[in-house]
Formats: sequence, structure tokens, C-alpha cells
Amino acid sequence: MPEGSPDRPRAWQRLWRRAGARTALLVLGILVALAVLGPWFSPWQPQALDWSQLAQPPQLGHGHWLGTDRLGRDLYVRTLYGLRLSLALSLIASGVSLLIGIAWGSIAGFAGGRIDGWMMRVVDVLYALPYLFIVIILTSLVARGSLWVLLVGLGGVGWLTTARIVRAQTLALRGREFIVAARATGLAGGQIITRHIVPNLMGTVLAYAALTIPQMILFESFLSFLGLGVQEPHASLGNLVYGGAQEMESAPWMLLGPAAVLVALLLCLNRLGDGLRDALDPREY
Amino acid sequence: MADRVLRLSDFSVRFATAAGSVPAATEVSLSVAAGECLGVVGESGAGKSQLFLGALGLLAANGRAAGRAQLQGRDLLGLPARELDAVRGRRVGMVFQDPMTSLTPHLRIGTQIAQVRMRHLGEPAAEARRRALELLRRVHVNDPEQRLLQYPHELSGGMRQRAMIAIALAGNPQLLIADEPTTALDVTVQAQILALLQELKRETGLALILISHDLGAVAGLADTVAVMRQGRLIECAPATELFASPRQAYTRALLEEARALAAPVPAQASGEAPVALEARALSVSYPVPAGGWGRRAALAALSEASLTLHAGESLGVVGESGSGKSTLARALLKLVPHTAGRVVWMGRDLDALSRARLRAQRRDLQIIFQDPLGSLDPRMRVAELVGEGLRVHEPSLSAAARRAAAQAMLARVGLEAGLMERYPHELSGGQGQRVGIARAMVLAPKLLVCDEPVSSLDVHSQAQVVELIAALKRETGLALLFVSHNLGIVQRLCERVLVLYLGRMMELAPAGALFAAPRHPYTRELLAAIPLPDPRLQPGRLSAVRAGEAPSPRDPPSGCVYRTRCPFAQAACAAARPAWEAASGQGAVACRRWREI
Amino acid sequence: MLRYLTGRILGLLPTLLVIVTLSFLILRLAPGGPFDQEQGLSPQVRANLDRAYGLDQSLPVQYAHYLRGLLHGDFGPSLRQRDFTVRELIAQGLPVSLTLGLAALLLALAVGIPAGIAAALWQGRAPDHLLSGFAACALALPSFVVGPLLALVFALHLHWLPVAGWQHGMPRYLVLPAITLGLPMAAYLARLMRASLIETLRSAYVRSARARGLGAASVLWHHALPPALLPVVSYLGPAIAFVVTGSLVVESVFGLPGTGRYLVQGAIDRDYPLVLGMVVVYGTLTLVLNCLADLLYGALDPAVHHA
Repeated sequence: MPEGSPDRPRAWQRLWRRAGARTALLVLGILVALAVLGPWFSPWQPQALDWSQLAQPPQLGHGHWLGTDRLGRDLYVRTLYGLRLSLALSLIASGVSLLIGIAWGSIAGFAGGRIDGWMMRVVDVLYALPYLFIVIILTSLVARGSLWVLLVGLGGVGWLTTARIVRAQTLALRGREFIVAARATGLAGGQIITRHIVPNLMGTVLAYAALTIPQMILFESFLSFLGLGVQEPHASLGNLVYGGAQEMESAPWMLLGPAAVLVALLLCLNRLGDGLRDALDPREY
Repeated sequence: MADRVLRLSDFSVRFATAAGSVPAATEVSLSVAAGECLGVVGESGAGKSQLFLGALGLLAANGRAAGRAQLQGRDLLGLPARELDAVRGRRVGMVFQDPMTSLTPHLRIGTQIAQVRMRHLGEPAAEARRRALELLRRVHVNDPEQRLLQYPHELSGGMRQRAMIAIALAGNPQLLIADEPTTALDVTVQAQILALLQELKRETGLALILISHDLGAVAGLADTVAVMRQGRLIECAPATELFASPRQAYTRALLEEARALAAPVPAQASGEAPVALEARALSVSYPVPAGGWGRRAALAALSEASLTLHAGESLGVVGESGSGKSTLARALLKLVPHTAGRVVWMGRDLDALSRARLRAQRRDLQIIFQDPLGSLDPRMRVAELVGEGLRVHEPSLSAAARRAAAQAMLARVGLEAGLMERYPHELSGGQGQRVGIARAMVLAPKLLVCDEPVSSLDVHSQAQVVELIAALKRETGLALLFVSHNLGIVQRLCERVLVLYLGRMMELAPAGALFAAPRHPYTRELLAAIPLPDPRLQPGRLSAVRAGEAPSPRDPPSGCVYRTRCPFAQAACAAARPAWEAASGQGAVACRRWREI
Repeated sequence: MLRYLTGRILGLLPTLLVIVTLSFLILRLAPGGPFDQEQGLSPQVRANLDRAYGLDQSLPVQYAHYLRGLLHGDFGPSLRQRDFTVRELIAQGLPVSLTLGLAALLLALAVGIPAGIAAALWQGRAPDHLLSGFAACALALPSFVVGPLLALVFALHLHWLPVAGWQHGMPRYLVLPAITLGLPMAAYLARLMRASLIETLRSAYVRSARARGLGAASVLWHHALPPALLPVVSYLGPAIAFVVTGSLVVESVFGLPGTGRYLVQGAIDRDYPLVLGMVVVYGTLTLVLNCLADLLYGALDPAVHHA
């Protein structure tokens, strides 16, 4: 985005004016701070086994604040490490899918004609391919739970929709007179894409990205359910919640802590995405 | 006439926004009687539409109306929703500006008319359908039986607006409110719609409120004219009185500008200069989907246009939407690919240039667009927008020098340096168009193509921008190609005028000759459709307007494309295309009967 | 219309072929084979197994062979569940999965659309906030949490419904799984419906319809609602992807004998014909549903035929 793009201060202001989005931003800030700094406050290590404290419910004071799991690992520290990993994974995966999607969609939309037709047909075909199966093949092939494979899998799934959105936006932009004006000025195609088209579709794309991140987190949890996500002893929100769900009746705290963090995170991200979309809507004031 | 159908007293409309409560209309008092037409005139944002939307409870959710709005003696404000629904459509019909967006897209025209009759008059479906057909006939829709079954997008703009009027009349209302009913239409279609409203008023005794930004449009209809500015009613008088002796300075200014645009001074022809731009048999066609799966047909947007433009000369191009005038402008600059013909600039064939050479050549060939805000990248500041061309064409220039050049050019087009850091949405329409002009002129071009540069501006800015373009042309000696549907502006600015219709050249003549003695029947129709801001002459001109609309460019008539609307058409006109004949006094015309008529 | 339809359906075939080819390549280029995990297999036995299933031939030959079988509706034998052909396996599981998916989709439509309409009509007021909050939570909770939770409450504690399992012709077994699968879809649909209805309620043609005094119900029903349904129709395509992945979890949580497990287990086991069979079934379903959504779209928006 070019330096100091115009809608930015105003869009952020409009975003901040919305109570829902403001709360979401604040809670998100707290969650990120917790993920980064939170484990310092606890004496426990995420993978340390405490044989004297197996499957203990939460206790205050010097104990395990969110309880322990069946191996005696501290759930407070593990939840925050899981949050950290889930955040990082989903952010990078969203970033990857955005980059591919923006490049693919804007080139297809700007080139138009036959190139556009072929590029979008590729997207259509990939859409009809069960992406789950690709991810499973990838993850089960290389090494189960390899973070790289997870990233490629998650990012590779997300870019299709981004490419469609970006292409539709580019097509709409391409017909606008300021793009014709740029051509009349003598700019080359590449310059027009980078200087005029991409900055103008960043708003929509950002709002969409805020909605992709929660999908990535959910998808990772889904992979954890299949045993293909982040592997023990590493913690992700997905495998913690899945582990907790299996102990729902006997040890509800194992589910409650991680699930609460997961729900709070997803609620805030969704709310933020909606808020961003509304704030960028030119008809809103 | 004592029976006022609608009377607004101390009527105000306010909107609650994030920045607080904003007034749209303040303490307005107006009334209209049966058989009478009230014209409400003002620039956009003057609050003239909100007034009547407010009276009928149709404001956006954040709007509030106050005061009194009496319909046949009964106050509409505070009426429960059910009773208000019994008024809307039944007592008051409304026609909105843009018939495309104001008609429900997924419902057939007949259904939309019949719904109103079934709801308000309790007619059974079959009867309502029969009446819908009558109504379409009443508003002179062609092929009404077929139109009943069609969807809004299948109709032309003029037919859509007629259908809107039929819907508004369906409940047999006592009052018809037409909110800018012709703004989105071509000048000849505008004249036809106004003529229809005039006929309805005369024959039905309907009270009519005509809202418009154009004094000329209301001159033919209004018995009383109300002028609004910034939400207030500043003047209200019988039409003849108001046009003859306006009391407010603002009204006088509006009137003068309307007259200046309608009856301008002829421009003087310049001496012979070398040919700068030449188009030879230029044709542009677009592929359009044709019926079945993936099949395409060619839509001829421009056919065999040939013209020469001398250095320092200004050529006007006029025509209605679909005439190919914008296509011609863009094809000359190679912004749309042409399918046949040649463009030669200063003796050099533009088609023979490589891409890079063409981009370099663009420096001499600049363009300004219709929509000032749409043609400026919303994410760039004014300084960047104006400097961008220099960045491309003079890469050696330092950022500071570029900025200085941009600033000097902005000063030249009458913008303060303080605007340099603004974004397009922070500019008014007039300011935006000046930025567009500065962006083009900063490159010191030799040709400036103006594609409808003032049609989206209000009357006041229009005159100023036209004046600026004229001054720049005088000072720099650039050649000008000025595309517009507004003949008045073209006459003021251009030495020669080219008239296009359905992608073909109809007539080319020196401006003075064209306006004084138009040769082509289409040119005559265009001239007759210009609304005159004079209530003594305009009603008579409206009554003389003939029906007929341009056929679809997908399916142009054989022979002379104008023959389906031409009052002089003969069998021979359908057989062969008329030749492009040179006429006396540098002109040329494509009509086989121009000598006789 | 009929010609258009046949044209569309014929147009799907090349896409399907590309999908099958791609899947075939990905599967076969991946390292590992179907018999890797079987202990104590002598090289001799392995070679025999490979020959029996045609795995010793070159890839193009195997590909041609597979396609030829496909033309006759033959998906080949399962490499791991040796007594079954892929067709038999899918024929066992698919009815269960389809019933579950359809029930969930219908539930989502029946709940999501009215909820979205209500939220739009009461925009910014209590019902809107309530529904938005509920929808947000439904979208944030993974179904492997919701499913067991529902089972805990309605089966283990209240004994209203069975905990898990499947018996033919007993819809009681379907209730909890369908709710678990349909809930997030309903939430998504409600949000979609709300946003698009708010949009059309603001449009010029709705204002114009109100100006005709047609009454609030008629304006909503005839003028505002049909165009507002367009995004919902567009969602039908992606919905199938959601149903397929979602049913994987739900079938496993509730112990339903559907097809969900085939894809995952098949891919892990390198049961090539089974995975390819699933891809064909899934791809066809996706394409056909997208095609249907397009047709429905055209019916709701007459301008589409001409655009």
C-alpha cells in the first residue's frame, strides 16, 4: 500500500468508532500480549511433565491455573503456547494465500480475455478438487505435522477464494476511468497493476484476510482432529481443544480453557473483519 | 384555484449523521393545485428531493421530517404506516431519476403495474393486467403487449422511464411527483418524456411536481417555479414572471448560465494550419455475447469514421448515448483497439509504433474524462496525480521539480496549492475536473481530447470549466477534440462540429453553419430537443416533439441508420447507405435528401 | 433451455477429467505404496500383489486402464479392504453421508434464512444482536466440540436421543449429527442473508416500491427478498465442500458409517482406487451443485441470461 493511503486514517477512525470492532481490537491485543508474554508469569514449562499433578483441576495460588492434562503438563502455559503457534500459523498461511491470490487474481483480471479465461479455469478446477485430500496427501506424505507442510496446505487452500475476489475487484477497477487515465498518461501494464490496481483493492482484501485467519485456525483444529495437525508434544489451539473434547465429561477444564481462548479469538477476528468491511464501505459514514 | 392538492408548511428535513444532525431542507412552504405544475429547481444537494420523500415517509432510516405536509387537507406526517400506504401510489404517484435502478429488476413490467392496481383499486389480476396494457399505451410505449412481459433491463432508457410513469399513474393518483425524471436520459429522449408529462397534465388535470436541476427542463411545463438553495426556498413565483424578472441573484445566475449554454456566441474559425490528427475509415467493434453458449457477435460501436484535425483547431463531436462519440475519442488515442482503419498523428501512423514508442507518444495526446472523481485514483493525492505523467515521461526530473511543476500547473487551472495534499474524495466535482485538466496539461500536449468533460458538473462549474478549456486552447494553441451531448457547449467552444448517430457520421460542418442551418434531419432533431429556458417558447416546442428512439446498435437498420426515426425517410433510404457528400461551406453530410429538405 | 442444460453438463466433463488426472498424478507421484505398512511381506509376495493389482505396469497404462474402467462405472478394487470393490464401499457409505448432508443443508436453510431476514428487519435492535452473537459462537466452535456437547446433554443426561450409531430407517439417529453439521452453515447463511437483505432494503427499487404504497409485506416478499437470496444461492456450491469436510468429523464423532473416513484413511493407506473414487464422486457433486446454483441464480435474476 502506498505511503499514507487516503482511506487508511479515515477507515481506521471509522473502525474505531464502532463499539464492536473496538472491543474486538482490544481483546485481540490482550490475547496477543498473553501469547507473547503470558508464559513468563507461570513457573511451568509447556512440555514439562508433573507426575505428582496428573489431570488436576484448576487451582489458584502457586498451582496450575488452568489445571493439568493427563500427563501433568500445565494447561495455562500450553494454551498460551498453542495460541502463539495457532496465531503464527494462521497469519503466515493467510499471508501466503493472500500473496498468491492477489497476484493471480489481479493479473487475470487485468489481462482479461483468453488469459483470464484460462487462469480462472485453473481456479475452478482446483475448487472442485477436494482440497482436504491434497492436504492429507501432503501432510501424510512428508512428515506428519511438519509445520511447513501445514503452511503450504493451509495457504494453498485459501488463495482460491482470494483470487476470485481480487479478480472480480480488478475487473470492476479496470473499467473505471482512472485506469484508462493511467493508460492515457503512458503507464505500462505492470505499473498500472502495482500503482493503481493493487492499492485500490487492498481494502477489500484486508477485510477478507481478517475473515480468512479464523478459517485457517479452524482448519488447523480440524486437521488436529484427523491427527494431521500440529503434533504432540507441541501444542496448538486445535490439538488442545480436540484433546479437551475427548475428556469433556471427566475433566471439563481440559476443554474449557483452550476452547474459551479459541472462541474469543475467532469471535474477535470475525468481528474485526466485519467491522473492516463496513468501515471500508464508501456508503457508510 | 383554491383546492391545493399538496401543501407543505414550514416543512423541514434533517438527517442524523455521525457528525451530528444535518439539515437537508429548512422551513419550506410550497403548494400545488390540481391541473397545475410546480417546478422545483436547484443544484444537487439543495434538498429538493428530500422535501417530497420526507412528506411521503420515504426518507432513509436516519432522516426525520417536521412541519406540516397536507394532502387534500390531511396531514401526512405522523400518519400510521397502513394509512400512509393507502396514500402512496393511490393519491400520489412518484417517478424517480434513474429508471434502471428504480424498477425492480426481477419483476416484469406488467406485474409491477398490475400490483399497484390490485393493491389500491382491488382489481382482480386479469383486469389489472388489461389495465396495465392500457396504461402502457397511454404513456406511448411501443409494442405494449410485448413490454408487459419484459424485464426492466430489456427496455431502453426512455421506455423504462415511460414504464415508471405508467406505474406511477396506475393508482389513478391526484398528484404526480417527478424527481429529476430526465436527468439520466439523452436530450431527444428527455424532450419526449417532458412532452409526455405535458400531455398528461393537459389531458388529465393531474397536479404535477417536476423536480429538476435544469431551468430549461421545467420551462416547458411549470406554471409556478420554486428555486431552492442549500435547503431553503429562496424564490417562488409564476413561471413567466420568474423567467422574465428573477428577484434573487442566485436565480439570475442560474438563468444566465442556462441561457448561455443554450444560446451561445459562435466561435470564430481559425486560419488554415497543418493537419495534426487524421482518422481514416476508423471502425471499432466489440464482441458481445449472442444468445447461445459462448457464441459471440460483433457490436459495431463506430463505423468508418474519417476526420482531420488541424493544429490548434477545435472539433466538437456530438451525439446521443450509443452514437459512438466516446468510442471515437478513445480510439483516436488508441485507448480502445480499432478493428479497421488508421490513425495518423503528425504524419506518423500510430498503429505502426511499438508499445514503448506509443507510450512515449502519449505525452502529446492527452485526455480528460467525464467523471472527474472516477478518473482520479482515489488513493493518490492531488500532487501525485498531477505529477505521475512527468514521472513517466521525464524520469530524470527530481521529486521536488516534479512537485513544483505540478503546483504551477494547478495554479494555472485555478486551484490553490493547499489542495496538493488532498485526496480526490475531498474535492468538489469542479475541482476534480480541474485536477484532471492539470494532469493532462502538465505534459504540454499538442492534442487534448475532452470526453464529456462537464456533463457531470453542476451548471455553475460547467461554465467555469468550459471557460478554462477555452483559455488553455487560446494560450497554448493545442488542438481540441471536444465530445459532448450538450450542443450549446460545443457551439461555444468549437470551430467545427461532427454529428454522430449509431456509430456513423451524419454531418460535419462549421459550428456557425451547423446551428444556423442544420442540413441533416438528425441534426435538426437534436437542435429542437434542447430545452430553452423560456416559458413562452418552450411549451410549444415540447408539443412539437416527435416520438422515436435510437434502435439498438446490435441491430442497426439497413441503409441509412437514421431512417427509422427520420420524417423524410423514403424507400431508397433503406436500400443503400447514403454517401458522405461534401456540402457548401466546408461541410459534409450523409443524407440522400439533404438538398430537398 | 434444454440445449443450454445439456451444454452445461457436457461442459463439466472435461473439468472432471482434469480433476481425475490431477488426483491420479498427485497420488501416484507421492512416495509410499499401499502395502508399505503390512509387516513381514516378502519381496516375492509384494511383487505378486503389485502384479495382481496392475501396479507393476507403467503409469500411463495404469491411467488408461483406470479411465476405461471409469467409463463403465467401474472404480476398481479397494487395495486395503480386499474383499470389496470401491463401488461397493461407496454404495454402502454414500447413502448415509448424503442423507446426513442433505438433512444438515435443509436444516441450515430452514433456520438460517428466516433468522437472517429477522436480523435484517430488526437491524441494530435486540433480535439482531442476539442472532449475531449466537451465529458468531456457532461459527467459532469446531464441530468436534459441539457434537460431543450435544450428545452429552441430549443423549447422556436427558436421554431424548441416541448417543451415537446408525440404524437404517431410524431418523432419531440423524438428529444430533444433522444439527452439529448444520449449525455452522445456518449461522453462515443467516449472516449472508442479513447482509444482502439490508443491502436490497436500501436500494432505489425498494424505495420506489414503497412509494407505490404496496405495503410492507408485499415490498419485502415481492421486491426485496428475491434479489437478496442471490448470495445464498451462490453459497450452495461452497456448501457442498463444507458438508463433505464437516461430515468427516460428524460421522466420526457419532459413529455413522458414511464415506467420510474413506478419503482420509484411503489417502493415508495409499488405497489409490478408493481415493480416486471419492474424488470422482465428490468432484461430480461439487460441479453439479455449482451448475444448479447457476441455474437458480438465472431464475432469480433475469438479467443473467443476457449478460
